[in-house]
Amino acid sequence: MDGFKHLVDTLSRPTILVTFTFLIFFFIFPPSDWFEKWHRRLKFDGLWSKKSLWIITAILVGFFVFGLGDSDFRSIMLKPDNVPITGLIFLLFFFTWIAMSQAYKNDALQEAGLPVDEQYDAPNDKVLVWPDLVYVELISIVLCSAFMLIWSIGLPAPLEEPANPSESPNPAKAPWYFLGLQEMLVYFDPWMAGVVLPSLIILGLMAIPYLDNNSEGSGYYSYKNRKLSISIFMFGWLILWNLLIVIGTALRGPNWNFFGPFEYWDSHKVEALTNVNLSEFIYVKWMSTGLPTSILFREIWGILIVLGYFLVLPPLLAKTKLKGMYERLGAARYSLFIVLILAALTLPIKMYLRWMFNLKYIIAIPEYFFNF
Amino acid sequence: MPKATEKKTATIAPSSPPPAALGQADDGSGVNRRSFFSWLSIGWLAFIAATGGFFTMMLRFFFPNVLFEPVQTFRAGYPDEYQVGEVDLRWKGEYGVWIVRNDEGIYALSTVCTHLGCTPNWLATEQKFKCPCHGSGFRKTGINYEGPAPRPLERFRITLSDDGQIIVDKTKKYQQEKGQWGDSEAFLKV
Repeated sequence: MDGFKHLVDTLSRPTILVTFTFLIFFFIFPPSDWFEKWHRRLKFDGLWSKKSLWIITAILVGFFVFGLGDSDFRSIMLKPDNVPITGLIFLLFFFTWIAMSQAYKNDALQEAGLPVDEQYDAPNDKVLVWPDLVYVELISIVLCSAFMLIWSIGLPAPLEEPANPSESPNPAKAPWYFLGLQEMLVYFDPWMAGVVLPSLIILGLMAIPYLDNNSEGSGYYSYKNRKLSISIFMFGWLILWNLLIVIGTALRGPNWNFFGPFEYWDSHKVEALTNVNLSEFIYVKWMSTGLPTSILFREIWGILIVLGYFLVLPPLLAKTKLKGMYERLGAARYSLFIVLILAALTLPIKMYLRWMFNLKYIIAIPEYFFNF
Repeated sequence: MPKATEKKTATIAPSSPPPAALGQADDGSGVNRRSFFSWLSIGWLAFIAATGGFFTMMLRFFFPNVLFEPVQTFRAGYPDEYQVGEVDLRWKGEYGVWIVRNDEGIYALSTVCTHLGCTPNWLATEQKFKCPCHGSGFRKTGINYEGPAPRPLERFRITLSDDGQIIVDKTKKYQQEKGQWGDSEAFLKV
């Protein structure tokens, strides 16, 4: 038992957990034909069968039942703040399963030349609302209200002592739905992670209908028709948003250090986290000279890297790997799409740079509040 | 009132004469094109004046006559009360200041994390300030070296009064990245 807990703690280390999820993700949600070939060869398409639903739910429930026997695990998962996350893990799997299994069913139907499940030829151009739809909605409203009422009575809000500006709780956690953003703030300057990137997330979500000019798969579940779109969206949704929320809830402890789910939250856990800026890497570590006094000279390497990433990489990709996409989307759509994707990818890139090399900022100009 | 209803019925009535030429006073209904525009201008001016007045008054609230905030300058006792090599926590709750004494003198550090403004904790065993919000760590000098904090903790003006007590003035800040820690009042030589 202790061996298993230790194994889970080890697998929960961010480097291992995130690397594993990244590697496996594109085989579960294949963005291209090559990935899909392996997706079928590795039998991941079996994930969306009824049998897998039961097996995976049983494994999840079994894991939680086992875990609740451990006091450290229990105190994290059953804290009233964190109960939504425990529920989120189950619900996320369930809803992903339901959408994906329906999509795979429709894909099979379309392959056989049959109409999809959601195909509905409305008589006289009308759909049934009363009482068909309204009754279902009424029942849902009543059940959800009853559930929320019981929940709010059963798990009261954890009221703590009056706020005191000179004492921040340790760890000080954002509301659960913002924990992904809080995780992002660990790797970026507050301006970037608090203002620029969240705005880009909202802009990007608004831009989806304009970027995605594929009319297939509209109005019914399907995967085959829009592999890349679903894969990218699921990556942003499941990994960059929800995985970070789960990490922030379950794996972040005192002093914002990483802890395994079965690990005691020791506020004196020592972790060597001395961070170094790119300019210090280049001038102090590699060239063994002091930092130049001129800000421009000091940060020129970081500025070049960031400019290259956002200005040189998109046309380069348009000429090579993403040629087909560039031709399909056109210059304006492609530019917007690729800049949004690259901006989203800065998060995992910076997470790895921090974990592997303790790199703090690629561009660090604290004199003018600009760090990237 | 009866007059108004009378007018109204007069305009609605099918037997009423066709409206007079535009821009000219008509037969006593009171509103023609020109007076409509002057009334419209008066209405808009009144609206602008009212909202302008409202926002001016609101803006006024941002500059209260009396500020109920702790005094920004305080006496922090005599230098002998501070041990060499110790971080003193006694002013943290009331004024948000850590007073640190080293071999050469005394400096006053702000307790506001330069990342997003939480209050770090002084961990004596690890000899560092560690912020519980995003894990920023600062050395005893205030230099940032862990986590996302982009710049060192700020220092406050620290001087000696005539009676030999330390005076910390929080209205004047010294930032390391601007090279201000070398200023004479950022550090009290003892």
